[in-house]
Amino acid sequence: MSTKASRTAARLMISPAVLLLLAWMIVPLSMTLYFSLLRYNLLMPGMESWAGFENYRYFFTDPAFSAALFNTLALVGGVLVITVIGGILVALLLDQPFWGQGIVRLLVLAPFFVMPTVSALVWKNMFMNPVNGVFAWLARVFGLQPYDFLTQAPLASIIGIVAWQWLPFAALILLTALQSLDSEQMEAAEMDGASPLKRFWFITLPHLSRAITVVILIQTIFLLSIFAEILVTTNGGPGTASTNLTFLVYMQSLLQFDVGLGSAGGVVAIILANIVAIFLMRMIGKNLDA
Amino acid sequence: MPRAVTTRRKAVMTVIAWTVGLLIFFPILWTVLTSFKTEADAIAIPPRFLNFDWTLENYVTVQERSDYFRHFWNSVVISVGSTLIGLAIAIPAAWAMAFVPGKRTKDVLMWMLSTKMLPPVGVLVPIYLLFRDTGLLDTRIGLVIVLTLINLPIIVWMLYTYFREIPGEILEAARMDGAGLRSEILYVLTPMAVPGIASTMLLNIILAWNEAFWTLNLTAAKAAPLTAFIASYSSPEGLFYAKLSAASTMAIAPILILGWFSQKQLVRGLTFGAVK
Repeated sequence: MSTKASRTAARLMISPAVLLLLAWMIVPLSMTLYFSLLRYNLLMPGMESWAGFENYRYFFTDPAFSAALFNTLALVGGVLVITVIGGILVALLLDQPFWGQGIVRLLVLAPFFVMPTVSALVWKNMFMNPVNGVFAWLARVFGLQPYDFLTQAPLASIIGIVAWQWLPFAALILLTALQSLDSEQMEAAEMDGASPLKRFWFITLPHLSRAITVVILIQTIFLLSIFAEILVTTNGGPGTASTNLTFLVYMQSLLQFDVGLGSAGGVVAIILANIVAIFLMRMIGKNLDA
Repeated sequence: MPRAVTTRRKAVMTVIAWTVGLLIFFPILWTVLTSFKTEADAIAIPPRFLNFDWTLENYVTVQERSDYFRHFWNSVVISVGSTLIGLAIAIPAAWAMAFVPGKRTKDVLMWMLSTKMLPPVGVLVPIYLLFRDTGLLDTRIGLVIVLTLINLPIIVWMLYTYFREIPGEILEAARMDGAGLRSEILYVLTPMAVPGIASTMLLNIILAWNEAFWTLNLTAAKAAPLTAFIASYSSPEGLFYAKLSAASTMAIAPILILGWFSQKQLVRGLTFGAVK
């Protein structure tokens, strides 16, 4: 089928998508790079001047940067741990025979379809609010002091909210992988007297490794850029306690109008994402090829 | 007696699974219930589960006070529009890559995926300034452009994994029977490709509907879709739980139902065909 004519046709069919994506990458990226080397504030139009690496120096020495870097990694790591472990448990549970499997599957899946601003505001107000929230009521029922989640543990609270959104994703993918597990192997192991824990460790878990890899990879891409949940719950605060890199750059560029500094932050965010991507790809590359 | 044990085990599992399922679903259920309460009932202590006066007042208030339907319509235009344009660009590309694979097809696909790794905040400033200078800020057209571009790699990938499964031999068979290129595409390939295209479309509408970085940063009052509309409830005045719940319920209901219908295709779509 690969005649010369069809090759040319194929190239023509692919090129719009490639060219658009190429433009989408190159144009704004080079602008970000260029702006990051300028002294450029939107409040002082016409005052742009060359700054060299000054923005980067400022960005790296800003205490908010190290806080944001830590928060970014903690957010990604925390959510990954909760969703992968929780996802495996939920998937194992849903794989058991019980009545109403279809409906429970839909219930578990539901949070994934809730838009970030809705889930964050619902959790913030109706559950975590120290006066009127469901958690505050539960605390009082058990004779405890209500806890002001978003003030006293802002990052952990946001991790909880985001984990709730992503748990269904992990569970659904792991469940799908689980269902392709060869049952004969399982039965053979059972007959040989392997305990459930051993069967899980030596048969189920290795079988799931590819799916776990995919879950980690895809979630990391999205989790590095968490934004809306922070914006509507804590606004990055108190202080910088829940500011991640994405939110820090947003504040610098769109709230303080410091285009130069924000762009430098953007470049750093891109570099960080690439480091994480390379690291991940290498760590799990074998897994994906298999 | 093994059967009796199995039934008991099944009953126990049923209780556990339903408990876990309902716990995970509870925040959504609670939101829907609260949307039918009065503001006073919404913060009642102890919380009222079903024993309250059901009212539709919040839905009316949300629509009247903040013009819910305009934001709803913005969401529809932005998510469906960006998906359709994305499909128009991606279908030929995925088609060519699946049926006329070249030496570099794999590389092109991997490169497309890698553009998804680009954190949006890395290009926030230039996009914002470009949009400001071209008058695209706070317009639906502007958001359609951005969402088309950020979701294009996912659309191409999904379509590619579907198209690749259409057997090439079927084309040869059709050609032997004297079918021309036109009828080949029209009567042989299209029917086999439609399910894949449909699920790609569905998943992409869901992703675009819930996208909340660009929609929050590039819109103000005029073109704000539901994600940005709901965010305006983050600085409330007075009692607002019931109204927040009503607005939230209306924002998530359409996409939740769509998502439930598409759950079968979801896994393969979201994992770029890596898990089926």
